[in-house]
Amino acid sequence: MAFKFTEENTRRIDLARKKYPTALAAIMDTVWIAQEQNGYISDEVMTEIALILGIDKVQVLSVVTFYTMYFTKPMGKHHVQVCTNVSCMLRGGAEIYDEVSKSLGLEHLGVSTDGKFSLEEVECMGSCGTAPMIAVNEDYYENLDKDKALEIIKSLQ
Amino acid sequence: MEKIVLPDIPNFDKIEVYKKHGGFGAAKKAFKMTSDDVIDTVKKSGLRGRGGAAFSAGLKWSFMPKTTDKPKYLCINGDESEPGSFKDRQIFEYNPFQLIEGILITCYAIGAKSAYIYIRGEYHKWVKLMQEALETAYKDGFVGEKMKKTFGTDFSCEIYIHKGAGAYICGEESSLMNSLEGHRGYPRIKPPFPASKGLWGCPTTINNVETITNVPKIIEKGWEWFSKIGAEKHPGTILYGISGHVNKPGVYERPSGTLLLDLINNEAGGVIGNKKIKCVIPGGSSMPPLRGDQLEGIKMDADSLRAAGSAIGTAGIMVMDEDTNLLKVLLRISRFYHHESCGQCTPCREGTGWLEKTLRRLDSGNGTSADLDLLISVANNIEGNTICALGEAAAWPVKFMVDRFRDEFEKYVKTDVVIPVNNKVHSMRNTANPLANIKH
Repeated sequence: MAFKFTEENTRRIDLARKKYPTALAAIMDTVWIAQEQNGYISDEVMTEIALILGIDKVQVLSVVTFYTMYFTKPMGKHHVQVCTNVSCMLRGGAEIYDEVSKSLGLEHLGVSTDGKFSLEEVECMGSCGTAPMIAVNEDYYENLDKDKALEIIKSLQ
Repeated sequence: MEKIVLPDIPNFDKIEVYKKHGGFGAAKKAFKMTSDDVIDTVKKSGLRGRGGAAFSAGLKWSFMPKTTDKPKYLCINGDESEPGSFKDRQIFEYNPFQLIEGILITCYAIGAKSAYIYIRGEYHKWVKLMQEALETAYKDGFVGEKMKKTFGTDFSCEIYIHKGAGAYICGEESSLMNSLEGHRGYPRIKPPFPASKGLWGCPTTINNVETITNVPKIIEKGWEWFSKIGAEKHPGTILYGISGHVNKPGVYERPSGTLLLDLINNEAGGVIGNKKIKCVIPGGSSMPPLRGDQLEGIKMDADSLRAAGSAIGTAGIMVMDEDTNLLKVLLRISRFYHHESCGQCTPCREGTGWLEKTLRRLDSGNGTSADLDLLISVANNIEGNTICALGEAAAWPVKFMVDRFRDEFEKYVKTDVVIPVNNKVHSMRNTANPLANIKH
């Protein structure tokens, strides 16, 4: 099905374009807006982004596939991100990841069948001083331990 | 000690409070100076970049061409993806207006009309906070066209926020520019340097968030004042981010040249359970690790740390106690750099994979002593052979950790060698095993 930006989002993209001297530079903002609206970046979404910015579709593809935060497949409603990088790992981040993975029954970048959860083992999120941490969609939960992490997951179920 | 970047003033992130404490006064003062004088002041202050390379900020600005028919740009690097580094987010949250004022002064000094703040994609909350602060500054006439009237000057500049999307490499300045232009975040070959060919081929200066946040105070109080704080050759305060096995992890603003052990034991409340320190990485995960028994007297500034065999980096101090399995730590670090290698240069793309694989072999108990030498050899072949510094970032921790903790790593090495054979039938052809009884 063809993808169309909402009127509001089209206006936001116009604003984003004004920030830069070229339309291409607005691509990251546009992909963010598209992901917000559609949940992930499908082939149709890329076609529409290319059209709206007047750039080649391959340029959209090259950007979308470079950055880890752009998804090319649907993710869960609650995208759970667990940091296991050094500072978190030293304070139990890896164990939290294992526990969360077990309780959700998901592997790295896996999505639950009901589409409610997805899990990602992420690299350093800049929460080293409040480690270990997990993030659910855009929100950080810091200073965790296993129980607190599982509680957060439970509260979302 | 007076804090420069994160002062202990409640609600400093509100523009009224910021103004009440002399906010935007430095910009007003700077706009009455010539741009050369501003650059000169910052140069004399000795302010060095806080993003890792510790390069003189004033000197960097002076590379910008005085006369050019092209627009000039300023980029503020808030990508902050180095594991162990979490200082810029404090500035976005607690002192956004000093950052904005620093940007105004810097733009004036280098003659830029547009500035971009590049903030990492994971920082949704801090992008929003910064966006709100910026909108307030616009509304109150401190940025954009209206600032001409506010400050009574001919100069004006625009500030924009650019949100990244999860790529460590975009913290590298040339990669950041490619990312901002809408390309994949591949680092560019230097020269040409950004000051001659940066964003869209125009002269560009790229500074770290913390560096720029220092600028208003330098203008306000003068370079002599700033140059007397902390270490002589690396003056000012530094945001030390202390993490790992300490009782009170967090960001502490202290003068440069503060003793590393002082920071760990006093500011961060010492090691959890009073254990001994096995290893400290003093500047974010890409910097050479130091042995816990050799920390006495090490000061946290660029030159002292270089003399001690490491580097200041982003001053993200990671502390590991005596029970830490350094092999697992190093494996995690190498996995990170393998994941974040952009893939442009073969030594890095392939080498980071080799490092991870070899460390995995050691971790699974199948590594040999020769693997330790292999690690150092692979690291040596990455270092210096890549376009950007991610090569060094991946090589240094491996090279120095294996070298400095050889005794520890030897413990994970297997002494009896079993050569794994994939083709079992082939290997057992001449044995009594009936499975191998296959005629050809």
